[in-house]
Amino acid sequence: MKKKLIVFISVLCLYQMANANTIHSTDSVIVRSGSIQPDADNAGLILPKGFGALIVTSAYGKPRHIAVTPEGYLYVKLAQPFNGNGIYLLKDKNGDGKIDDAIGFGNYGGTGIALKDGYLYASSDENVYRYKLNNQHEVTNPNDPDEIIHGLLNRREHESKSITLDNNGNIYVNIGAYSNACQVQDRVPGSPGMKPCPILDSAGGIWQFKANQMHQTYGDGVRYATGLRNVVGLDWNTQTNSLFVMQHGRDQLHDNWPKLFTVQQSAELPAECMYEIHKGDNAGWPYIYYDQIQHKKILAPEYGGDGKKTAGEDAINPIMAFPGHLAPDGLLFYTGNMFPEKYKHGAFIAFHGSWNRAPLPQEGYYVVFVPFKDGKPTGEWEVFANGFAGKPPITSARNAHRPCGLAQGPDGSLYVTDDNKGAIYRIIYTGK
Amino acid sequence: MIKYLFFVMAIAIVAVAITAFTPAQINDVKASVKRGEKVYTKVCLPCHMADGGGVPNMNPPLIQTSYVLGDKTKLIGIVLHGMNERVPIDGDYYSNNMAPHNDLTDQQIADVLTYVRNSFGNKASAVTPTEVKQARLKKQ
Ligand code: HEC
Repeated sequence: MKKKLIVFISVLCLYQMANANTIHSTDSVIVRSGSIQPDADNAGLILPKGFGALIVTSAYGKPRHIAVTPEGYLYVKLAQPFNGNGIYLLKDKNGDGKIDDAIGFGNYGGTGIALKDGYLYASSDENVYRYKLNNQHEVTNPNDPDEIIHGLLNRREHESKSITLDNNGNIYVNIGAYSNACQVQDRVPGSPGMKPCPILDSAGGIWQFKANQMHQTYGDGVRYATGLRNVVGLDWNTQTNSLFVMQHGRDQLHDNWPKLFTVQQSAELPAECMYEIHKGDNAGWPYIYYDQIQHKKILAPEYGGDGKKTAGEDAINPIMAFPGHLAPDGLLFYTGNMFPEKYKHGAFIAFHGSWNRAPLPQEGYYVVFVPFKDGKPTGEWEVFANGFAGKPPITSARNAHRPCGLAQGPDGSLYVTDDNKGAIYRIIYTGK
Repeated sequence: MIKYLFFVMAIAIVAVAITAFTPAQINDVKASVKRGEKVYTKVCLPCHMADGGGVPNMNPPLIQTSYVLGDKTKLIGIVLHGMNERVPIDGDYYSNNMAPHNDLTDQQIADVLTYVRNSFGNKASAVTPTEVKQARLKKQ
């Protein structure tokens, strides 16, 4: 008996030693979504009938993007390190839906996070790192990740580097333009656009790199798409086998061109656009913007436009156009089985919410849904989850929950992060 | 003797109070705040928002910040020259660029800053057109 115990203990010790560098918890988590209850009043969210929501935690800084493992563990990338950690692995060990175990690592802020083929990928505002996972999808080298991409431009404006991966070993990185409209002087009324826009050689697009190659930078990657001012939400669609992105349209049509645009026009225009991207595509920024009311690509005022002249014949058209300034920060194609059939393969988009629609009330602190079939939208977009900023009219961004990242749990629940107040929501279908 | 001292002190206090805030000056400040609100709504509100709270990580708040309540020359300089540096503002970083607003008149800048320094929970002295004029002459 004693002998057995000693053997058992030494095996346990060996096991622990073998896992010394692993961030690891000994008990495994069972996904018991059936027992999970929505919070009272659905955590303040307004949802379609049959859905419920709970806040799983609000305790870990400002979460940007999020990824969920097959065990239901969450990896969240924080805008800035919280207690010195820029990434958290969050677990719900007792199965009540609430986070009760957290391990932090990665001392850098950023936005991007993704799981693929045994690795966790995460981005700072300049670099992309890769961490090896064990068979429970826990990071094995938290303090010593592979640096796969480095030296991407960060000039403050549109600095976040969102990432997604395809099924062919490539990683796609957004490099936002460090400018509103490529003016000689950024955001200065009347300042003309630079022609050609010199930003586009190293920003204002999506770059493709190899997911398994070390220390890549601009020369090692491909400028996969250009003319995209800033993309935060992007996802690889496995049905079409193509990249979809959400562009943040330009700001300040009226502030910078008061003779050409009224405040009302400037509040509504231009569209926030969803694009399907193929290699070599150009979406037209800064020379054009998309006007969702006229359904046209319009020459930007910085390049001689007047709100009516069309241009950008070589630029791709959006798959869908949304009202101006809503700031789409998360995109997810839903492949789960929990939600009703209409949601399958459709797109969820987390809008961060506007700041420059004054004098109209601010808009877009919500998650929308777009139905898709065979990779094409089959209907108009609809608000799916609302109420993040409280009751309208919304005049403050500071006091709102701001939707940012989206991820799908193994049971099909939808996770939504809020990078302002730090809530992580889980939306479930209860049928009630 | 003590009585006499009190009397002198009382006069001194009243004198200080009068020189600090004559009724006319109070009215000036009120009028300036009122004009400043118009400038704010047109020029600054698009970024710093109706509540002066800004946009997290992007445009900083104008509520009790060390810039808003601090050195006036520096504050005027931000409006004149804009701001686009990677510097922490009371511990947080903001990613947007603020353009120069040197097309505004001395009076407009004085008004808008007086408004900001006396709104959103702020309480600080007024900014005068003379101070703006002097700040314009200063090298950046
Ligand atoms: C285009 C958006 C924009 C507009 C318009 C704008 N600002 Fe700013 N402002 C910013 C940004 C962004 C910063 C911070 C820049 C940085 O971190 O380098 C800033 C910084 C400041 C600061 C110093 C930091 C603080 O929060 O105390 C003050 C004061 C300020 N702005 C006042 C104003 C006033 C007054 C106006 C109107 C005359 C104005 N701003 C117009 C975006 C804007």
